[in-house]
Amino acid sequence: MSRMRLATIWLDGCSGCHMSFLDMDERLIELAGQLELVYSPLVDLKEFPEQVDVTLVEGAVGTSEDEKKLRHIRARTRILVALGDCAVTANVPAMRNPFGPQACLARAYQENATRNPGAPQNEVPRLQTRVRPLHEVVPVDVFVPGCPPSADVIFYVLQELLAGRVPDLAGRSRFGA
Amino acid sequence: MSERRIVIDPVTRIEGHARITLYLNADGQVENARFHVTQFRAFEKLCEGRPFSEMPALMARICGICPVSHLIASAKACDQILGTRIPPVAVQLRRLLNLAQIVQSHALSFFHLSAPDFLLGMDSDPARRNLFGLIEKHPEMARDGIRLRKFGQQVIERLAGKRIHPAWVVPGGVSEPLAPAAREAILAGLPEMRAIAQRTLVWFKSVLHEFREEAATFANFPTLFLGLVGPDGELEHYDGQIRVVDAAGRIVADRLEPERYRDYLGESVEPDSYLKSPYYKPEGYPDGIYRVGPLARLNIADRCGTHAADQEWAEFRQLERGAVLSSFYYHYARLVEILYALERIEQILAEPQILGRHVRAQAAANHPEGIGVAEAPRGTLIHHYRVDEAGVIQWANLIIATGHNNLAMNRGILQAARRFVDGNRLSEGALNRVEAVIRAFDPCLSCSTHAVGQMALRIELRGPEGELLDEMSRGA
Repeated sequence: MSRMRLATIWLDGCSGCHMSFLDMDERLIELAGQLELVYSPLVDLKEFPEQVDVTLVEGAVGTSEDEKKLRHIRARTRILVALGDCAVTANVPAMRNPFGPQACLARAYQENATRNPGAPQNEVPRLQTRVRPLHEVVPVDVFVPGCPPSADVIFYVLQELLAGRVPDLAGRSRFGA
Repeated sequence: MSERRIVIDPVTRIEGHARITLYLNADGQVENARFHVTQFRAFEKLCEGRPFSEMPALMARICGICPVSHLIASAKACDQILGTRIPPVAVQLRRLLNLAQIVQSHALSFFHLSAPDFLLGMDSDPARRNLFGLIEKHPEMARDGIRLRKFGQQVIERLAGKRIHPAWVVPGGVSEPLAPAAREAILAGLPEMRAIAQRTLVWFKSVLHEFREEAATFANFPTLFLGLVGPDGELEHYDGQIRVVDAAGRIVADRLEPERYRDYLGESVEPDSYLKSPYYKPEGYPDGIYRVGPLARLNIADRCGTHAADQEWAEFRQLERGAVLSSFYYHYARLVEILYALERIEQILAEPQILGRHVRAQAAANHPEGIGVAEAPRGTLIHHYRVDEAGVIQWANLIIATGHNNLAMNRGILQAARRFVDGNRLSEGALNRVEAVIRAFDPCLSCSTHAVGQMALRIELRGPEGELLDEMSRGA
C-alpha cells in the first residue's frame, strides 16, 4: 500500500497548530513510515503538488492571496482539514474585523512608526475587509477545533484518516482547548 | 531598473510567510536582494477595547512557537499597569517557563529546521531535505532533537498546564504554584537533556569547518548588538537592562532602561514588507543596524553565569577578536544557550522557596501605561500598552524580536546571494543557501506581522527582451 500523501499549510495564524503537530514528538518517527509529507512549511518543496490525500490547513483567510492559495489547495486535495480555531472560526485574526484594514494598518505603519510612515504597498498582499474561516471560502471535510488542538488529537485525526475513517472529534477537542 | 529577478517563494523551514527577491544586473549578477514579509496580523489594533487582564492570553496568540515570550512580556507590562511588585516566587517561576521555552524553541530551530542543511547538505535533494529526511538518514540526531524539544515543551506543560498557549502567566504573577511532583519530574529529565546538548555541541564544533564559506558570507559584517544583561553583566532573559555593543565588542551604551526604549530605538517602515526595521536612534537609519537574539546575547554578556555554559561561552568568543560577527554562528550560540538554560533550570528548581504558594499579587488597574520587556528566544521583545481608567486597552505598540534583525537579514541575503547565486546558471543549492541565511536568524514572522506569497515556485530567468534564458522549478 502506498503511503498517504499529506500536506500542511498555514494561512493567517500563529503556527501554533503546526507546533502542536510537532508535539507528536516520537510519534513523528512512527508516522514517517506511514505518510509522506509532500508540501509543508517544514519541507522545501515549493509547489503544491497534484493528488494530495489530506491537507491540514492552519489559520484563517485574511488576504486575497490566502484565498487564492486555499482554492488551489482545495482543487488538489481529497480531504481538507480545518486545523484549529482560526481555520474553523477565524478566531483571533477576525478580531481585526470590527476595525477594518485601514485602521489596523494606520496603527502599525503611521502611528507606531518613527521613519518613513505609510502602509507598505509593494510586494505585499492586500488585506481583505473581513478575515473569514475556511468554510466560507471552500468546502471543508473535517473540522478540528482547539487553540491549538493537542498533539494527541492531531495524532488521532491522522490515524483515523490513515485507516480510511472520518475522525469523530466529539468530546476530543473544543474551542479554545 | 533591471527587470531580471529571481523570486524565492515561499522561504521554507522558517516560521511564517516570506519571500525573497534577488534583483540581477545585465550580466546576471545579483545587484540587490530584498526580504519581503507578506503577513500582517494587526495585534497592535485588535487588542483595543479589551480589558488589560486579557492581554497575556490574547497576545500569546501572536506566536505558537514562542507564546511564552509574549505571555511574559505582556504580563510584565500588565504588572506595571497594576503598579504592583510581584511575589519573588512568581518571578522565579516565570523565569523557569522562559528558560524552558528557550530550550524548545532553539531545539526546533537547530534540529527540526536547520539540521537538514548541516547533515543532509545544502545541495541535497530538496524533496528529502527536511525533518523526515533526517529521521530516515540520521535517526539518532533526529531523535535527540525531538527529545530536547519535547523536554522544553513538557516543562512548559508541567508548570503552566498546556504546551502551547497556556494561560498560567497573569498580571501580578502566575496563577498556580509549582507542584512538588512537577519539580521532581523536571529534575529527573535534566541529565539526559544535558547529555544531548553537550554531544550536539561537540559534534557541531567538529563540523564547523565544513561551513567556512557559509560562515564567511551569511550576514557576516559589522553591526551593533543589543539585548538585556543582568546586574553583573551576565546573560539574562527575564529582567535586566539594555546593553549595546559594537562590532569590536566595545560597550557603546549600558544600563539603558528598557522602559525608555523609544528614546533609543526607532522603527522605520519598509515599503515592500510588512516587517518594519527598528534601528538604534543615535546612529540613525540604516547605520543604526543592530542584531538581537542568541548571537547578540553572547556578544553583549560578560559571562553566562553557569558553569558548563561559561566554558562554552569562552570558547565561542574565541571565534573572533571582537564580537562574533557571522550570523551563521547563531546556530552555535543557540546550542550554548540551550546548555545554559538547562543549567539555570536546575539551579532555580534547587532554590528552597521555589515551591512557595504565594505566587500572585492582586491589584486593580492603577496606572495608565505599562511596558514589558524580556528576551525571547529570538531576541528582545517589547510590549507597550495604554489603558483608560477602567483598564481597557486604548493603544498598543509591540516590537518583536525578529523585527530588530530586519536590516541585518536584508543585508545578509544580499551578501550570500552575491557569493553563491549566478543568474546565468541557477542552482537549487545556491538558492537554498540564501534561504539558510534567513534560517540562521530563526525569524518568527507570524510574530512580526503576517504574509502569503504565490504558490508557484517556478523560477524564470528572462533577458532584457523578455526571452527565457533559464528556468527551474524547485522540488517539483
